[in-house]
This record gives sequence, C-alpha cells and structure tokens, in this order.
Amino acid sequence: MIGIEHYVVVSSILFVLGVLGIFLNRKNVIVILMAIELILLAVNINLVAFSAFLNDLTGQIFAMFVLTVAAGEAAIGLAILVIYFRDRGSIAVDDVNRMKG
Amino acid sequence: MDFAASLSLVAPEILLSTAGLVLLLVAAWAGDGASRAISIASVAVLAACAFMVAPALCSGAMGPDTVAFSGQFRADAFASFAKLLIYAAGGAALIVAPAFFERVHAMRAEYPVLILFAVLGMGLMVSASDLLTLYIGLELNSLAAYVLAAFLRDDERSAEAGLKYFVLGALASGILLFGMSLTYGFTGTTSFEGIRAALSGTISMGALFGAIFMLAGLSFKIAAVPFHMWTPDVYEGAPTPVTTFFATAPKVAAVALSMRVTLDAFGGQVAAWQQIVIFAALASVIVGALGAIGQTNIKRLLAYSSINNVGFILIGLAAATPQGASAMLVYLAIYIAMSVGGFVAVLMLKDADGAPVEGIAEIAGLSRHRKVLAACLAMVMFSLAGIPPLFGFWGKFVVFQAAVQAGLVPLAAIGIAASVIGAFYYLKVVKVMYFDEPANVAVGKSDWAHQALLAIAALFISPLGYLLTRWLGALADKAAAALFLAA
Repeated sequence: MIGIEHYVVVSSILFVLGVLGIFLNRKNVIVILMAIELILLAVNINLVAFSAFLNDLTGQIFAMFVLTVAAGEAAIGLAILVIYFRDRGSIAVDDVNRMKG
Repeated sequence: MDFAASLSLVAPEILLSTAGLVLLLVAAWAGDGASRAISIASVAVLAACAFMVAPALCSGAMGPDTVAFSGQFRADAFASFAKLLIYAAGGAALIVAPAFFERVHAMRAEYPVLILFAVLGMGLMVSASDLLTLYIGLELNSLAAYVLAAFLRDDERSAEAGLKYFVLGALASGILLFGMSLTYGFTGTTSFEGIRAALSGTISMGALFGAIFMLAGLSFKIAAVPFHMWTPDVYEGAPTPVTTFFATAPKVAAVALSMRVTLDAFGGQVAAWQQIVIFAALASVIVGALGAIGQTNIKRLLAYSSINNVGFILIGLAAATPQGASAMLVYLAIYIAMSVGGFVAVLMLKDADGAPVEGIAEIAGLSRHRKVLAACLAMVMFSLAGIPPLFGFWGKFVVFQAAVQAGLVPLAAIGIAASVIGAFYYLKVVKVMYFDEPANVAVGKSDWAHQALLAIAALFISPLGYLLTRWLGALADKAAAALFLAA
C-alpha cells in the first residue's frame, strides 16, 4: 500500500536533486533552469499528495498557481539568459564572474 | 464579509494593477519617448495609493473588519505602515531614474511599469494572511525585480546581476515553497490563523521543517546571513536607480512578511524559531560589518551595510514582543531614509562626462569641490554607523531597548560591539572624502531631482528627525498592535 509518506519521500528526493543541480552544476545555465523547474515540481507533488490525503482542495488550487508562476518564471529566466548570452557569447556557469569580492 | 466590502479593502491594489496595465498599453503605443510622462503618472498613482492606505494606519485598523476575501488578505494598520514605506521607496526609485538612464539612452517606458508591478506584489506580501497570497505577492515582486536588475541590457554587469539574482531568487522561492507545502501538509490549512490554531501543542517534526524552510527562503529575500551572498553582486551590477529600489522597498516587504509568518502563523511556537532568528541576526551584523572592510566599490560597501542593518532589524524580531515589532518598524522607516540618501548621493557622483563614479578611491577629497554632497554623504555614513546626534542612532536604540526588555541582553551586547566594527568602514569613507588628496574625478553636475531627494533624506536623518520620534513611535505601536491582535 502506498501511503502519504512515500509521496513525501519522493518529493523530498526530487527537491534535493534540484538543489544539488543548482550548486554542483558547473557547465550550463540552462541546466540550472531545469533544476529550478524540478524543485517546483517536487513541491507540486507534495501539494497534490497532501491535498488528496487531507481531503482538502486547497492544495490542488495551490499547485495550479505554482504551475502558472513556474511558466512565468521560466520565461523571464530565458529572457535574461538571452541578453546575457548576447553580451558575453557564453552561458557557461564558470564564466559568470565579472563581479567578485 | 461581502464581496463589495472586500473590494473596498483591496482598493489600493486594484488601482495599482489597473494603472500598471493601462500604462503598459500607453508604453507600447507611445514608445520610449513617453517614459518621462509615464514615470510622472506612476508617481501620482503611488501618491494616490498612499492616501488610500494612510487612514487605516492613523485609525489603527485591526480585527475582522480588515480581513478581505475570506481570510486571504488583511488590510490592517501593520500592512498600511509597511505599504506607506514601500510606496515612498518606489516613488524615490521612479524619481531618480530618468536622469541616470537618459545619459545612456536606456530610459525605456517599461521601467515605471515594472516598478508599479513590483510595488503591487510587495503590497500583497505585507497584506498576506494566507500562504497562497504570500506566494503570489512574493513572485509578482520577484519576477519584476529580476527584469529590473538586468535593465541595462547592453551592460555586462547588469545582465550578470540579473542572471545571478534570478537563479538565487528562484532557488529561494523554491525553498520557501517547499516549506509552505510541508506546513500545509502537517497543519491541514494554508491560512495563518488556521496554522496558528493547528500548532497549539508541541510542534510536529514536519511542521518544524516547514517553518525552517520558510525562514530560509525568507532570509534569502531579506538578504540575511547565511543567505546573503547574492546581495553584493546584485547591488553592484544592477543600475544604481534599481539598486536604490532593491535596498529599500523589497527589504521592507520581506521583513514585514517575515514578521507576519513568524509572529502570526508560527506565533504560538516562538521557541521553534527564536534561536534561528537570533543566529541570523548576529551572523548578519558581524558578516555585514567585516565584509564591508576592504571593499573598493561604494555600491558593494552599501550592500554589506544593508546586510548589517538587516541584522539589527532581526534583533527586534528575536525579541518576539509587540515592542520588538514596533522597534523594527521604526528602524525600517529610518533605514529607508538612510538608504535612499546613500544611493542618491552615489547617483550624484559623476565624472566630467557625466559617467557614474563608483570607486571609493575616486571620491577622495570630494569635500574640496562638492562641499554639500560630501557633507550629505558623510551624514548618511554617520547615521548608518548609528552615531548619536543623527537619526540612525534612534533606530538602533529602540531595537536594543526591545531586546534588553525581552531578556536578550547578550544579543544586544554583541550587536552593540559589532556596530563599533561597522563604524570603522563608514568612517573610512568620510576620511577618504575629507582628508585624502583630491582625486578630482567626481566633478560632474547633479540633476535637480537628485538634489531635492537627497535634501529630504538628509533632513529626515538629521537631528531634526528626533522631532518625529513620538509620532513615528505611536504609528509603529498601532501597527504592531494590529499585528499582535491578528496573532
């Protein structure tokens, strides 16, 4: 029988993978965007699972809002990445170092 | 409460969103030539919103009459206090922008519209009484802020600042959201009132994790240590008018939101978060003071100063008393004036061609050729250091007083010791301006709007500010009472 704790464990693993994807990745900023998306989807699994478990609709409504905002966030992230690429000609994470200190 | 009454409570937000959308259409139709007119209209909209929220603060509105949309939104005196500060900071960011951007032909009509949407998001944040409203407000503010950071799109530093702010801001939103999902799961509700009621006994492990994740996400947004690393880069890279905005309005909104979450939603579990807030407060004060030493860029220096100031504000939160909350609001009001003054003074530092000057070495001997500007900048620095005749001292005084009365004497003592370290680098800037050999770099003319704004900020933080203490304290007390009544 699959219970609520299985869902929470899966979403926690996905969340940790997303966070590690941001910090361990040294190659490409696009991968960071994907990692952010993974974090938000982990949250959605949590919300929907809790919503079903608690017999309460709020969690599912919340998940809809998260999906919508995630779309907006991805659009703005890609737009910023495009102007960054136009200036620097690279989207490697190690090159994001014009400012230090 | 019926729908019409709810609508009347959110009137400032409705006005802001309608004005933002209409001005966006005007911007698309009239082009960048209309950006000055759109800026003026935006400042007028912010002023109108300020008049709409002021009555709730003056009458000390609180209780069920201030709750709109079945508990999603609360327009009480606390929200009004924070909104007035946010509108003032947003207005300042609009007023300083044209002179800066027009020199590089980058004054686009989107700038005032983005500021309006960010201000709308911050208004939702400080009025939130449900996790859903909190999230929507926070994201509306953040998404506009990412774009603003990258606003000078031909400038490498601005694009890099936008990218860094976006990645770390999105990570912070993700952490906050994960905490909110856990809180929802383990309390069964998303309303602050319901969470408080559900957490009346001992706190469950899941809800504790939820609270910790939420606090981590919020400390990103207020730039408290250990989640402060984006601040110096973003403050340095973003165009200076945008930095003026970042250092003021989002700070107020995120601090007010943290107060709502900790003192309202988790107000029954003070022991669960007090240690975390004490750690964040001390670490911010110390890292802010030490990190600023050795900085050569004045915007970076002010970024570390803002981390330092957030630490002092969090000392008030650690007290977890109405007095502490009131002290935080007083500190925020004074901090806004000091920050606006500091960044407007930086905006006024220009070389002979009008290009911005940001290096500390380049303002050496500024007092010889720009006497008034050097005096104002020195006053801002003394005030940030909390040296008595200036108003910055009062903010630190009320916060420490609240901490001592809540029994947190060691915290207050370490805070005072760290503010002495902080004084070192503030005084270094004054020494460079007054006693070093003139570098004669920052000789450019200033814009009248900048001069006027700097004069207002300087007047507020001058010893004349003490005339306002009774009035400011009374308003902050009303706001704190509204926060604790809801709690």
